[in-house]
Amino acid sequence: MKSKKRTIAEKIFDFHHIDTPSENIRVISLDAVFCHEITTPVAIADLETRGMDKVFDTSKIKVVIDHVSPAKDSKTAMQGKILREWVRKHKIQDFFDIGRNGVCHAIFPEKGFVRPGFAIIMGDSHTCTHGAFGAFAAGVGTTDLEVGILKGVCAFKKPESISVKITGALHEGVYAKDVILALIGKIGVNGATDRVIEFSGQVVDNMTMDQRMTLCNMAVEAGATSGICAPDRVTVDYLWKFIKDQYSNREEALKEFRRFAPDKGADYTDIINFDVSSLEPQVTFGYKPDQVKPVSEMGDVKIDQVYIGSCTNGRLEDLKIAASIIKGRKISDSVRAIVSPATPEIFSKSIENGIIKDFMDSGFCVTNPTCGACLGMSNGVLAHGEVCASTTNRNFNGRMGKGGMIHLMSPATAAASALTGKITNSKYYSAT
Amino acid sequence: MKNFTGKVLFLDKSDINTDEIIPAKYLTEITKKALKPYLLEDLVLDGFNAENDIKGKSVIITRDNFGCGSSREHAPWALEMNGFNLVIASGFARIFRQNMFNCGMMAVQLEEKIIDRIFNNCAGKETLVQTDLDSKIFAISTDDFSEEISFNISNFDFALVKAGGWVAYADQKY
Ligand code: SF4
Repeated sequence: MKSKKRTIAEKIFDFHHIDTPSENIRVISLDAVFCHEITTPVAIADLETRGMDKVFDTSKIKVVIDHVSPAKDSKTAMQGKILREWVRKHKIQDFFDIGRNGVCHAIFPEKGFVRPGFAIIMGDSHTCTHGAFGAFAAGVGTTDLEVGILKGVCAFKKPESISVKITGALHEGVYAKDVILALIGKIGVNGATDRVIEFSGQVVDNMTMDQRMTLCNMAVEAGATSGICAPDRVTVDYLWKFIKDQYSNREEALKEFRRFAPDKGADYTDIINFDVSSLEPQVTFGYKPDQVKPVSEMGDVKIDQVYIGSCTNGRLEDLKIAASIIKGRKISDSVRAIVSPATPEIFSKSIENGIIKDFMDSGFCVTNPTCGACLGMSNGVLAHGEVCASTTNRNFNGRMGKGGMIHLMSPATAAASALTGKITNSKYYSAT
Repeated sequence: MKNFTGKVLFLDKSDINTDEIIPAKYLTEITKKALKPYLLEDLVLDGFNAENDIKGKSVIITRDNFGCGSSREHAPWALEMNGFNLVIASGFARIFRQNMFNCGMMAVQLEEKIIDRIFNNCAGKETLVQTDLDSKIFAISTDDFSEEISFNISNFDFALVKAGGWVAYADQKY
């Protein structure tokens, strides 16, 4: 019967289907609802007002305080307080408070909470990051979050997907961040609105989970509901420590996960072939993430601050790459540089392998895991007229501080830029 | 149900993002009311002055990809607190559009050429939009111009508007 060839998102939607309230709308069940302290307290307050302060499943709600941590003022302290009290009241098991907390889209995968075929929502637009595991993960607003918390369901448009095949081979010094920036530059901030971007091709196959997360993280900057990579051996290997009791071996897990691989001949609204063989390091130059050009075409752009961190590029691999460039060198006198490992585990491993010392010796400020400067609320807010070389995902006007300019780039480019005080291609600073 | 009739604020720019609608620094507010003074505070647009231009208006007509950026529902709330329950545009970012209907508000997409026509005929003049929800028609008028435009929203969107939002709807159904 089921002869229709399906995309990954279609398979996940079929698997979770609950209702079709309108021809193009699907209500699906959720495997996880992620919560942080910025968008959840308002949802909690509204549920309380409505007399509906309940949660659908205490084991499927995962909570973190990550955006402003430690709290910077009474208001952010209150957001944390509301979340803590709510977690206690409902006996939610997985809660990451300061000391054990990390940036949501880094810590939840690290804890094994994301699995192939899952449907996940969070009140955060970069929830698309988790699609790296072959999950459908979408950012939603507070009301959707409320209904998710209360009922474990969410409504979406019937999913349509764009296939993005990334082929060729990446030059040294060119990374997942450059690929996604270039793609957004190509298709625009609106290029994938209301659609899922399904990433495939040999470049994706060769990527680690950290790199796939960087790729999927920015899908929303092209308007996409989610980015998705088909689950494969790399996915299984990453998840193995969490699932080893469920399967007799990795092959068996792979076989089960491959149920969510796309069918050959599935329907896509668009197929984009992207050969990255000649791709150079990329950087944004305006207030929109699709204003992208190669670093080599930027000319002399002086910077005041470097920020390495966030859910896009604050993972261990990112820090290692940046550290290999600044190791044994000093950052420019004209620059201040901040690095924020995205989770305590990343922080701790970076201490063990000496990266943190490399950063400190070169003049970086090392902060605890938090979103911090990424959303301009703490830990590195820009002054009017200042320029930041940043590994984050959003360069909107005012994002890191009113009147500040953000240039998005890879950790390698950010590290090289810290050394010169100007936006700089990392190829001039190959690892020592 | 909310009111979808009122005077128009024209925003002649595509890709107006959620940071422009309500800057991130106000996300620490825990009540909707507190957002009221900050609507469109960071929007840079020729001749636009948030403080003066918002007053007395309750419908926004704008270009493409309105509400792109973050998932913050603070964007519709900031609109709601200033009396805007209806945004008409040639396109919306997904999350923003959904957030609007989830709050029982409307984000209605019209073809680009229709939006162009409305801008050409009405922008800069005092313009009124009257909404007939059941017949799905906007009556748009200025001193010397009027036009009826039919619009389309899905049955689901319609049900959300009638129910007053997604929480009420979902609570009844699931
Ligand atoms: S690091 Fe930045 S983009 Fe990522 S979740 Fe935090 S604030 Fe959002």
